[in-house]
Amino acid sequence: MANPLKGEVIRLYKTLLYLGREYPKGAAYFRERLKYAFMKNKDETDPEKIKQLVARGDHVIKELEALYFLRKYRAMKKRYYDPEK
Amino acid sequence: MSGRVLVGVKRVIDYAVKIRVKADNTGVVTDGVKHSMNPFCEIAVEEAVKLKEKKLVKEVVAVSCGPQQSQETIRTALAMGADRGIHVEVSGKDYETLGPLQVSKIMAALAKKEDAQLIILGKQAIDDDCNQTGQMTAALLDWPQGTFASEVTLDGDKIKVVREIDGGLETIKINTPAVLTADLRLNTPRYATLPNIMKAKKKKIANVKPADLGVNLTSRLEVLKVEDPPQRQAGMKVETVEDLVGKLKEAGKV
Repeated sequence: MANPLKGEVIRLYKTLLYLGREYPKGAAYFRERLKYAFMKNKDETDPEKIKQLVARGDHVIKELEALYFLRKYRAMKKRYYDPEK
Repeated sequence: MSGRVLVGVKRVIDYAVKIRVKADNTGVVTDGVKHSMNPFCEIAVEEAVKLKEKKLVKEVVAVSCGPQQSQETIRTALAMGADRGIHVEVSGKDYETLGPLQVSKIMAALAKKEDAQLIILGKQAIDDDCNQTGQMTAALLDWPQGTFASEVTLDGDKIKVVREIDGGLETIKINTPAVLTADLRLNTPRYATLPNIMKAKKKKIANVKPADLGVNLTSRLEVLKVEDPPQRQAGMKVETVEDLVGKLKEAGKV
């Protein structure tokens, strides 16, 4: 892996792993699939492709954040607010 | 004008955890159970950080009352953008009886000590559902309060608050300093990602004891019993309206 990108990839992995702790299906489930997804691309050398994959990973981060927010918002709304007629 | 905002954050059992009542009915099981910041407190922190980003306030101070683990909750607030934290150490028996009255006394004392202009709290905690701390704090300080806030606008030295109430929305204008409590639709709290948490490790968390603030923690309440809600009875289907009326009469409802 190209040197500056190595840092990017590790940062991405750590951030996703941290996010995965709250995954609804369990942290272990998430970690397995995360590792698989990263290992699948471990021999990639083209910096352009690596940047694309990292961008896809950043996108997944945003999707997870949105998922967690929606879950929490819906739970709070259901518990504390009257259902609309 | 110090431009300082105090935000109260509470460490509660995570909203997604299935609550279990202790066998002796004195409380719920908390050992080994996942805890996180009260969702309404997250919204409060987000609002304070937003105000700072708009340069309407100068400093956001996150406050939490509780045992050592409360520091994790303060760290989350720091990762979301608070500048520094204050951990008011309360543990053991005192923590078990800690309630809105004690916390509001602590918040009032801190507001005076830190010369705060604004206190933002969550409207209620998802564990005790008291919905009292904000109101009590405002009363102790003799400050105006904007509770159930779904929209906050700073306008000179006044604050316009849109409140969510049963009939709809109420807009009020209050003076500063003031206490606000955050409702669900106030904002969308940002997620405290790992890089932000790492950066937040450099921020300071001061340790304070309630005695230092001259606060008496004795509770006037005693928990007698904690039990599960009653199991929902299965419903019954009836064929005709007469049957329905018959069944209602049997149950003594008509």
